[in-house]
Amino acid sequence: MGELALNILDLAQNAVAAQATLIRIEVAENEEGFLVFRIADNGRGMEQSFLEKVRDPFVTTRTTRKVGMGIPLVDMAAQQCGGRMDITSRPGKGTEVTASFRRDNIDCPPLGDVAGSIAVLLAGAPATDVLFSYKGSRGDFVFDSRNIREELGEACDFSHPELAAWVRAYLQQEIDRVKEEGRAI
Amino acid sequence: MKSLADLHALRDKLKSDLKLRKESGTKIIIGMGTCGIAAGAREVMAAVLDELARRHLTDVQVQQTGCIGMCDKEVLLDVLRPGEARITYGNVKPEDVSKIIANHVVNGNIVEDMVVGKIENK
Ligand SMILES: Nc1ncnc2c1ncn2[C@@H]1O[C@H](COP(=O)(O)OP(=O)(O)OP(=O)(O)O)[C@@H](O)[C@H]1O
Ligand code: FES
Ligand SMILES: [Mg+2]
Repeated sequence: MGELALNILDLAQNAVAAQATLIRIEVAENEEGFLVFRIADNGRGMEQSFLEKVRDPFVTTRTTRKVGMGIPLVDMAAQQCGGRMDITSRPGKGTEVTASFRRDNIDCPPLGDVAGSIAVLLAGAPATDVLFSYKGSRGDFVFDSRNIREELGEACDFSHPELAAWVRAYLQQEIDRVKEEGRAI
Repeated sequence: MKSLADLHALRDKLKSDLKLRKESGTKIIIGMGTCGIAAGAREVMAAVLDELARRHLTDVQVQQTGCIGMCDKEVLLDVLRPGEARITYGNVKPEDVSKIIANHVVNGNIVEDMVVGKIENK
């Protein structure tokens, strides 16, 4: 995909498709030189037997195409740059995907525009809540769409162009504040 | 500097648009499946939101859809005006967005050379 932020958006779309009402998205720059992200949802989850084969592109519940590419793409990208992907899931409870990427590996894609991914995720699925956190080398930052919903009451509409623009600009500002200085992410 | 305090000022605007957005019914729908995202759907949706904000077209609704099985024509963007046919545009790039919005969304003139599908309004 070229940008880990696009994989994050795509995995979050799996959660939306699984009828999640809350998606937790964590991005962290850890001390061992890895970029780690975790996407955890409270959607329908997967059976153990299905979960065991989900890295295989020929395993999908979609009906419009015979292959599912989302998870295999993340699995491949993580392995290619010295990291790994783990998935846990429980039917009726939810799913958690964690992936790590060695940042100094030349095959490691840049993180890219996470702020844009989150704003677009909320705009496209405005009833779903997102709890986003970024742990950077200069500090942590947490964004909870439920706080915005509470603040705006019934006027809250994440697909409204002006709210979407605010979300994106706000997230970008906060990520820039805490991410490792001087690194293009 | 953006802060949560901005939301206070935004609230009145969002509130007054609420009714308008329910009634208008013009929709822009973007394919957000994996191949859509890989082909640039995030940038296209961002461009749509920017253009709608710029033109103050806050009554137009933006929605997403999953894969519809035309992966080779991603990014796919549908325009649905009330009472008119649903038009699907294919291979949409962010730079095509202002043309589609100006011609079709605002003035009702379909951008024929980008159309890949049409569903008549019954
Ligand atoms: N968060 C999730 N909750 C429940 N089921 C999931 C979740 N993520 C993936 N799945 C299941 O795993 C399958 C494979 O997912 P994957 O993202 O690899 O492909 P896909 O979503 O089917 O298609 P594509 O991502 O290519 O559009 C999905 O069809 C779905 O059944
Ligand atoms: S995911 Fe785009 S049409 Fe298949
Ligand atoms: Mg998927």
